[in-house]
Amino acid sequence: MSPSPWKVFGALVRRDVHVVSRELPFFLLRTTLQPIMFTFVFGYLLPRMGFVQRGYTGALLPGVLGVSLAFASVQAVALPMVADFGWTLEIEDRLLAPVPTWVIALEKVIAGTVQGVIAALFVLPVARLIMGPIAGLDFAHFGVVVGMTLLGAFTFSAFGLLLGTAIRGEQIGLMFGLIVAPMIFFGCAYYPWKALAAAPLVQMLVLVNPLVYVSEGMRGALTPSLPHMNLAMVTAALVLLSAIFMALGLRTFDKRAVS
Amino acid sequence: MAPSGPPSHSASSGGREIQALDGLDLAVPAGEFFGLLGPNGAGKTTTIGVLTTRVRPTSGTAAVAGIDVVRDPVGVKQRIGVVPQRPNPDRQLTAIQNLLFHAAYFGIPRSVSLPRAQALLDQLEIGDRGESKVEQLSGGQQQRLMIARALIHEPEILFLDEPTVGLDPQARLALWEILRSLHQQGRTIIMTTHYMEEADRLCDRLAIIDHGKLLALDTPARLKGRAPGGTLLQITLDGEALQALQGVGSVPGVTKASGQGNELTVYAERAGETLPAILRALEQADRAPVDIRLTPPSLETLFVSLTGRKLE
Repeated sequence: MSPSPWKVFGALVRRDVHVVSRELPFFLLRTTLQPIMFTFVFGYLLPRMGFVQRGYTGALLPGVLGVSLAFASVQAVALPMVADFGWTLEIEDRLLAPVPTWVIALEKVIAGTVQGVIAALFVLPVARLIMGPIAGLDFAHFGVVVGMTLLGAFTFSAFGLLLGTAIRGEQIGLMFGLIVAPMIFFGCAYYPWKALAAAPLVQMLVLVNPLVYVSEGMRGALTPSLPHMNLAMVTAALVLLSAIFMALGLRTFDKRAVS
Repeated sequence: MAPSGPPSHSASSGGREIQALDGLDLAVPAGEFFGLLGPNGAGKTTTIGVLTTRVRPTSGTAAVAGIDVVRDPVGVKQRIGVVPQRPNPDRQLTAIQNLLFHAAYFGIPRSVSLPRAQALLDQLEIGDRGESKVEQLSGGQQQRLMIARALIHEPEILFLDEPTVGLDPQARLALWEILRSLHQQGRTIIMTTHYMEEADRLCDRLAIIDHGKLLALDTPARLKGRAPGGTLLQITLDGEALQALQGVGSVPGVTKASGQGNELTVYAERAGETLPAILRALEQADRAPVDIRLTPPSLETLFVSLTGRKLE
């Protein structure tokens, strides 16, 4: 008798918990150093120099958390998967498990989501420490914070599944240069989307960027009194994007798993 | 029961369709040690890929333990163990963790898998390496770990894809012993190899395949009996072989002669007596041998006669 898919799912989770918990410090360093350094420059140095207003930190903090959780999620899934399918072939022992291949892909996405949330939880106190008191920061809507964090991390984790299975090992540098870097700059992480009204064309174009919805979602959850995109729209966009990424990612995963 | 039907697979790349397997029709009964013998690129790995659900056949059917590989891949995976061509252990885990997690992927609780894992490591003579990181294991030890992993869930059928490639002779002999004892325990084993000796010594029955086609299928002893008469002489000449072909072919004792480029391929009874006559025939054709290789009747000579080329 084959074991139930959920039992196998549980075993896959235990494997990832075992491996990831050992690698956690390196993982956090790799994925959060960039947003933390950004926080230091734009949330500490520039306000002190008087180049940006002190109120800027209220717009910056949710965005920095959005970047952290999005890119921790995408990297947690995509990087090992490129290696797994490209040269180490280590994932083969899981592809031989008596479950449909989508179970293995889904587990990777869930594990990536959790890692994204951990990265955000790590960055939050560090950023708060660097920037000092932040005007408008409000944890009253705790449920919204949790919901947005999970949804944003899941969306980018699913995006990681798609990237990790669609991209070949030799293209990984290209992926960061052409996809990840523009996404960060035009992801409304370091400025609110509403403020882009100053450049209306850019404001429309950035709407194709999934990071915009994560940043704005975090804004709506953490600094609800400051300008942010409507949360219903953010939620709809993230649900739609994660559905698209999952559907495409599961297809490309299956193609790599069964040639 | 482990019948495997006729899998057929073609993969397209860059608009060019490559047929990896072409009407390969095989059935392997339970308990047999079955060998797929052929040169690199013969379609051995594709065949294993189809049977282990990792390659989707474009046409034809394949069944493992009576289960169709396309319709019920999960059912097939439940019943098979696979040893890959290149060891691919989970490098983030220790040797024994590789076995315990793999067992867990099959729903086996730790209380069952832990003693089983230790017993397997002991049986494969790496019992003291359980806590070692995978990188600390030698190539041969990693390959044994792969065998232990393939057995931890007690599959009915064990697939091995070129299991001894890259192993030193000593490790290869040790692995042969392990495979023999697994076979004696009644397990069905399907192995690919391009080593004649390995196929000859281990397998109950052999399929010789090339370019995805089945060329011969029988026991090693009967296959060797089918090898064309006498010793194979492969002679490299200092010039075109065709000129010498007629003269060499009419030497008494020569059963078959063919030439390609500078290579002359001759089958002869009692090579010792025939060789001087062959050399005289070459001289008359104004050709001198640069190199002469003699091979007694074997799977090797059968293979050359079937495919016109050497295995390795």
